[in-house]
Amino acid sequence: MKTDLVVRVCMGTGGIAAGGAEVMDAFKKHLRSKGVTARIEKNCTMHKVGCRGLCARDVLVDIVVNDSKTTYQFIKPAMVERIIDEHVINGKPVEEWTVPEDYHLFHNKQVKVVLSDCGSVDPEDIESYLNVKGYDALKQVVTTMSPAETIGVIRQSGLRGRGGAGFPTGTKWEICSKETSEHKYIICNADEGDPGAFMDRSVIEGNPHAVIEGMIIGAYSIGADAGYVYIRAEYPLAVERLKNALKEARKHKFLGKGILGTNFNFDIKIKLGAGAFVCGEETALIASIEGQRGMPRAKPPFPVYKGLWGKPTVINNVETLANVPYIIRKGAEWYSSFGTEKSKGTKVFALTGKIRNSGLIEVPMGIPLREIIYDIGGGIENDKAFKAVQTGGPSGGCIPSHLLDIKVDFESLASVGSIVGSGGMVVLDEGDCMVNIAKFFLQFTQSESCGKCVPCRIGTKRLLEILERITSGKGREGDIELLEDLARDIKATSLCGLGQTAPNPILSTIRYFRDEYEAHITKKKCPAGVCRDLLSYVILAEICKGCGACKKVCPAGAISGEKKQPHTIDADICVRCGACFEACKFRAIGKG
Amino acid sequence: MIDLSINGLPVSVPEGTTILDAARFADIPIPTLCHHPKLTPYGGCRLCIVDVKGINRPVTSCTTPVAAGMEVTTTSPTIEKLRKTILELILSDHPNDCMVCEKAGDCTLQELAYFYGIRENRLDGERRVYAKKDDNPFIERNMEKCILCGKCVRICDEVQGVGAIDIAYRGFNAKVCPPFEKNLDCEFCGQCVSVCPTGALTGKAWGQRGRQKDIKEIETICPYCGCGCSITLHVRRNEVIRVSSREDTLNEGWLCPKGRFGYSFINNAARLKTPLIREEGQLKEATWDEALDFIADRLGKVKAKYGADSIAGLSSARCTNEENYLFQKFMRAAVGTNNVDHCARL
Ligand SMILES: Cc1cc2nc3c(=O)[nH]c(=O)nc-3n(C[C@H](O)[C@H](O)[C@H](O)COP(=O)(O)O)c2cc1C
Ligand code: SF4
Ligand code: SF4
Ligand code: FES
Repeated sequence: MKTDLVVRVCMGTGGIAAGGAEVMDAFKKHLRSKGVTARIEKNCTMHKVGCRGLCARDVLVDIVVNDSKTTYQFIKPAMVERIIDEHVINGKPVEEWTVPEDYHLFHNKQVKVVLSDCGSVDPEDIESYLNVKGYDALKQVVTTMSPAETIGVIRQSGLRGRGGAGFPTGTKWEICSKETSEHKYIICNADEGDPGAFMDRSVIEGNPHAVIEGMIIGAYSIGADAGYVYIRAEYPLAVERLKNALKEARKHKFLGKGILGTNFNFDIKIKLGAGAFVCGEETALIASIEGQRGMPRAKPPFPVYKGLWGKPTVINNVETLANVPYIIRKGAEWYSSFGTEKSKGTKVFALTGKIRNSGLIEVPMGIPLREIIYDIGGGIENDKAFKAVQTGGPSGGCIPSHLLDIKVDFESLASVGSIVGSGGMVVLDEGDCMVNIAKFFLQFTQSESCGKCVPCRIGTKRLLEILERITSGKGREGDIELLEDLARDIKATSLCGLGQTAPNPILSTIRYFRDEYEAHITKKKCPAGVCRDLLSYVILAEICKGCGACKKVCPAGAISGEKKQPHTIDADICVRCGACFEACKFRAIGKG
Repeated sequence: MIDLSINGLPVSVPEGTTILDAARFADIPIPTLCHHPKLTPYGGCRLCIVDVKGINRPVTSCTTPVAAGMEVTTTSPTIEKLRKTILELILSDHPNDCMVCEKAGDCTLQELAYFYGIRENRLDGERRVYAKKDDNPFIERNMEKCILCGKCVRICDEVQGVGAIDIAYRGFNAKVCPPFEKNLDCEFCGQCVSVCPTGALTGKAWGQRGRQKDIKEIETICPYCGCGCSITLHVRRNEVIRVSSREDTLNEGWLCPKGRFGYSFINNAARLKTPLIREEGQLKEATWDEALDFIADRLGKVKAKYGADSIAGLSSARCTNEENYLFQKFMRAAVGTNNVDHCARL
């Protein structure tokens, strides 16, 4: 028997947490004990892969027999033996464990460029990347193209920075390439601090060589002799895979002195960040690499003129750089065939919140938001009503349901008061309180503000205090106007992007959900039933059977009543924990 | 030279000048809190914002270099409203105890609050409350009054080269402190005190000795060493209560701990005011003429009996160059010996 067999086990952070390593071991053990490994020898490969998007279904396993791929979900070590017996040996996939239809729907509307090899290449083996034409782009660039030609291709492709601001990458490279200096640097920004974002992490964990290849091409284009990957220390797996990838790239002469036999010298160092959100801001990042407190400084001068150690420096996001090898290999026209007139290519989003299929997706720019939510995301969890999508993390805003048909690209999102940002996408349903959502983001930005400038340091604190008093029932008349006024002043006067965008979650929720703010302030009610201080629980006497279940669970002793008689809650004693609400079998407790 | 206009006025300044310096050159006022002409621009307080035609948001004049043809507006209702918000924010986190603050009358923040007429504060909220912890005899640190302008941090690093303090923590809790919030243990030059725009940093010895009222400022030279730094004595009722130094002096306003904080000897009761001559084991007050006559007489006798080289002279680093020159001249020409030395060599 001569069979080709490939087993791919998802071992991104999600896969490992779900037990990927144990599943992998089980495959190794049983394939060997059942003689499969011996029989087909070299034609049997088994390897780990990075995230392919739907981490909620981990451990995901691909079995490829003679080029026919079957994907299994929720695999545990105990299930492995049966898969080998029935599928690998007898050729009949275990249908009940394979991924259902929606797994394919999740992938069908996506267009994968950056993620095209994530989930199929082995991130810990450079050969695996080389097998899918990895480093071909680098070879092409250093042996047949001048730096100016390379920059030309990137410019033509229309690639814009994926780190948030959407600055044209080709233009950034071109400015830096024209500076004359003894040293120049290229930095890969892998600080990824937005709450809920895991795009860059997954790219590095799934295909670190694409990022490295993009960086080397960038270095060649601008004339840099050294590079840094600034990556947060909380990403140990990404750091480990990156270190390993750098080592392998050096062995293959893709890094170091005389790259690929040319006279181009370049190498990359890893700098671990301590997990400050503000260190993702480029000037703070530079200060941090220089060993100083990570605080932004005023621009101009921009880093392309005066960056790391005062030398011309290009800073690009992970995803931006990971696009580069594919653009070089497949051409600027191919890349710019995706997307809209001003936003070319694809964008990776971390789709989370109240959505059925949460995970990592890559879509062409300009895709309608509705398709992301309902086709890829599979709609709202538990069939609740869609309320809004929060995009762009703490710098972004909310897009309400009446704008669901908006296109997702830089310009369209900006026109409704949100941003593409780095790619966070949090879906909210009818059970989410918009004031509370704004408060969540302000808590984040306030505690992550570097403290350098007054509007951000004290201003976000005051915004947060006002939101806190609104959600605790102490909102005052005029608070909405005060929020708007202070928010605008903070945006106008803050030093860096953190402070300049921190008020966006407030402004956009006021813009689309002003009535919710008003309900909190004037009626002292939280329409979504989230803000605890604004809730009250009452027992509906006509339904109450007097069973006493609520009385037993109330931790504050706020409920009284005789057996078989309607009970009552003393609002002054009630701590609004909701225990009674959960305990009542007869739905006799009203919340509101 | 770069030509630009500020508030419609043509101004011409060298390349690399900031908008702030160009405006000050043209005598156009712009409020600042974190700017210091000798320190790296910081851009933290945001008060110095101005409008530049063609840029859609205000820029900080202290960090932005001029460009040819730039049209700058330093004041407008919008700009002043933004400045006022910034001041309201700072004051919302300030003890506002000007009544008893050491710095009252010489405080940039107080002055700005006065000019912007801030009394009620619509942005009131939580204030930072810190337990004081500073066992040193020189510098009083009241960090609740700190506005985080970063001048002390920069001066300690950039001018003094010590780096004893930096900003720690994030967000509202950001705070200037020594490493690990230990007690301040530095050179105590007090340069930080001299640039602090508020009452956050003051001299320990200044406490309740007088603020700005009834103070006479007297320019003099520090007597501690031969450097001859210019100092300003702040005198109240004939008593020195504070020492400072002006920026337009030879020492550019920088002093050492002795010059800045070591003035308590001036009014010390044990201080020598006349020469003393020892008679039969007892020191007795004498006039200068008596003392000098006594010295001349004794030196003459020693020289006649043992020769000039039996005498040696030792002078002091606290004397000026001129005094030291005169002293060696006296030893060589009048006494006739080369045995002369100086305490700084020992
Ligand atoms: C507060 C703040 C945090 C940021 N965090 C990140 C980050 O985590 N990753 C990133 O790539 N860019 C981040 N940025 C954007 C960077 O400053 C910079 O614009 C980007 O790395 C440039 O790369 P690009 O042109 O490839 O997008 C942040 C900006 C701000 C203001
Ligand atoms: S805006 Fe916030 S994070 Fe940015 S410099 Fe100011 S205080 Fe620091
Ligand atoms: S102590 Fe004074 S000089 Fe230092 S940061 Fe605070 S206000 Fe500025
Ligand atoms: S003086 Fe310019 S920001 Fe403070």
